[in-house]
Amino acid sequence: MTQQLQGVPLNHYIWLSAIIFTIGVIGVLTRRNAIVIFMSVELMLNAVNLLLTAFSVHNNDPSGQVFVFFIMALAAAEVAVGLSIIVMVYRNTQSVDINVLNRLKW
Amino acid sequence: MIIDLVWLVPLIPLIGFIINGLGRNTLSKSLIGFIGSSVIFVSFAISVGIFLALGADANKSHEIFLFDWINAGALHIPVSFLVDPLSAIMLLIVTGVGFLIHIYSIGYMHSDEGFGKFFSYLNLFIFFMLLLVLGSNYIVMFIGWEGVGLCSYLLIGFWYTNSSYASAAKKAFVMNRIGDLGFLLGVFFIFTTFGSVEFSKIFPQAANMLPGNTTIALIALLLFIGACGKSAQLPLFTWLPDAMAGPTPVSALIHAATMVTAGIYMIARSNLIFDLAPLIQHVIAIVGLATAIVAAIIALTQTDIKKVLAYSTVSQLGYMFLGLGVGAYNGAFFHVITHAFFKALLFLCAGSVIHALHHEQDMRHMGGLRKKLPVTFITMLIGTIAIAGLPPFSGFFSKDEILAHVYLHDKVMWGIAVFGAFLTAFYMFRMLFLTFYGKYRGTHHAEEKIHESPKSMTIPLIVLAVLSAVGGIIGVPEALGGNHWLSHWLSPVIKHTGESPDHATEYILMAVSVVGVLISIAIAYGKYIKQNHIPASDEAKRSVLANLSYHKFYVDEIYDALIRKPLDAISVFFYKIVDNKIVDGIVNSLGWGTTEASKGLRLIQSGNVGFYIFMMVVGIISLLLYTYLSL
Repeated sequence: MTQQLQGVPLNHYIWLSAIIFTIGVIGVLTRRNAIVIFMSVELMLNAVNLLLTAFSVHNNDPSGQVFVFFIMALAAAEVAVGLSIIVMVYRNTQSVDINVLNRLKW
Repeated sequence: MIIDLVWLVPLIPLIGFIINGLGRNTLSKSLIGFIGSSVIFVSFAISVGIFLALGADANKSHEIFLFDWINAGALHIPVSFLVDPLSAIMLLIVTGVGFLIHIYSIGYMHSDEGFGKFFSYLNLFIFFMLLLVLGSNYIVMFIGWEGVGLCSYLLIGFWYTNSSYASAAKKAFVMNRIGDLGFLLGVFFIFTTFGSVEFSKIFPQAANMLPGNTTIALIALLLFIGACGKSAQLPLFTWLPDAMAGPTPVSALIHAATMVTAGIYMIARSNLIFDLAPLIQHVIAIVGLATAIVAAIIALTQTDIKKVLAYSTVSQLGYMFLGLGVGAYNGAFFHVITHAFFKALLFLCAGSVIHALHHEQDMRHMGGLRKKLPVTFITMLIGTIAIAGLPPFSGFFSKDEILAHVYLHDKVMWGIAVFGAFLTAFYMFRMLFLTFYGKYRGTHHAEEKIHESPKSMTIPLIVLAVLSAVGGIIGVPEALGGNHWLSHWLSPVIKHTGESPDHATEYILMAVSVVGVLISIAIAYGKYIKQNHIPASDEAKRSVLANLSYHKFYVDEIYDALIRKPLDAISVFFYKIVDNKIVDGIVNSLGWGTTEASKGLRLIQSGNVGFYIFMMVVGIISLLLYTYLSL
């Protein structure tokens, strides 16, 4: 497996991560649906995870992959909290459009 | 050896201050009076021991080192005491006269609510005065100097609920501050010139210098300004008459016998420096003479018994400075001693009169008290004769010693000084006649309550009267068959002292002053006893000269117009323009600018989450760019 991975140059992983990350950023910036924004955030997170794994293999250092496991566990918890917030927002406003949530100002 | 125990002398009054200060509300009055007086008595006893031991000792200068206080670079200031003939004799005066006045105060203040406070302040004063006298360098002396100023302030404003008394205290404090600044600057110059503030290091260097050095002259002038403030000389004398607002024992102790002579003590102590500055000596002589005459003229028309004594104190201090100025350090210091006796006595007598008349101080409402207050009358008579300068009372010897030296120095100054001595005799006997002779001029009701003062007050009067009468014995000049013990005693400290006139001249000078004084007394007798003249009321018309004298040459008014009013105007300018407009303007506009800017900026916070995220991304990207570009 390591051999196969090493067959793909590191640069490709970096480009892929960068593209996924940018897609995530654009998604967060342009979408109004809270759930889609949330998904885009996860996309960014996973782009970083991918990068971590790639570098870990590249450097023959397993701690990067261990890191990713922790991040995934954390992300699962975060998703639970985030989704429950969105559910509560929906219950109160009957909508998941973030532009409705504009009272937090001045 | 007892001289090594000298640190006990100031320490014991300090302990008395602490006990009385802490127990002022809880201890009984008799206990407070006992503690307050006995601590001074113990100090006095030790001082007598030190004095005797010093007399028997061949070494006349003992420096008792206590501890290092400041040690920084070249600056080395130990707290150490100097016992030499000058300080030993001052110790005796401060503790001796101080003890008598403490005893007197027990009687005088017995019905006052602030009895404990009063005694603790008095003890504190004695502590600081002893520090001033004993210090072996200018800094320790300065601590004492400031401390007595503080106690003077506290005691002048002792009855602080009366606002005019409180402002008299403030006035004394501020005027003293002007002088103190001079003293402090003088000490700084001494340090830069001699590299030390220790007497034992400065004076040997000064002894090898030649007169005419500008820096030395500046030091002498600055020290003299300090002495001017503390010893109430022109132009800083106006605080002393106002200081009479304090209780009478305070006037006797602080504003007659001890604190106000600190300036003379300091100059006598620094005599080697002053000898190097002939010009400043001349200034001192002129200032002293002017003060002596101006104060004597003012005293001629005052009607408040304590004001007369206050101006007479200023005038006598002027004579002492005149003596210092002509180089008669012994004579000046002799006058300090005798003046401490008779002026303390006169103030205490005045206090006894005031006590008997229930706080009446106006001589126009006195008169005929001779029979009612016999002890007070006799002691006051002795004090008056002593200050007027009739032989063989103490004032005669000291005043004539100063006058004789002035005669050798400058005949014109002598003429003026002798005339001032005649004025002294006149106003003192005027006071005596107005108070004790003639008919009582108060209300009939008040007359019945007049009573002689208690024993605790009359005994100090008697002791001081004896001292005033015979105190001159320590300085009988050779012309009169004495050997002037005092100048021999002081010779280790005061090396140069002006030459004395020959005996024939001295006899003539004495005869002139005695005859003149007798004539002055006769004039006073004729005016105030034969013609029964009573000073006119405040509103009455007076001749120009009498008016000037009665209103104290308008000195206070002149200061008011020359200094206070312009200061007020400047203050108003700084308050209205600089502070209100400029300083406040800067601060207010800063605040205003922040508010206005925030009003615009807060609109960015629109509540639009997408916008927030966008700004966040922009921020992150610019951060990244910044790091990337700056690499």
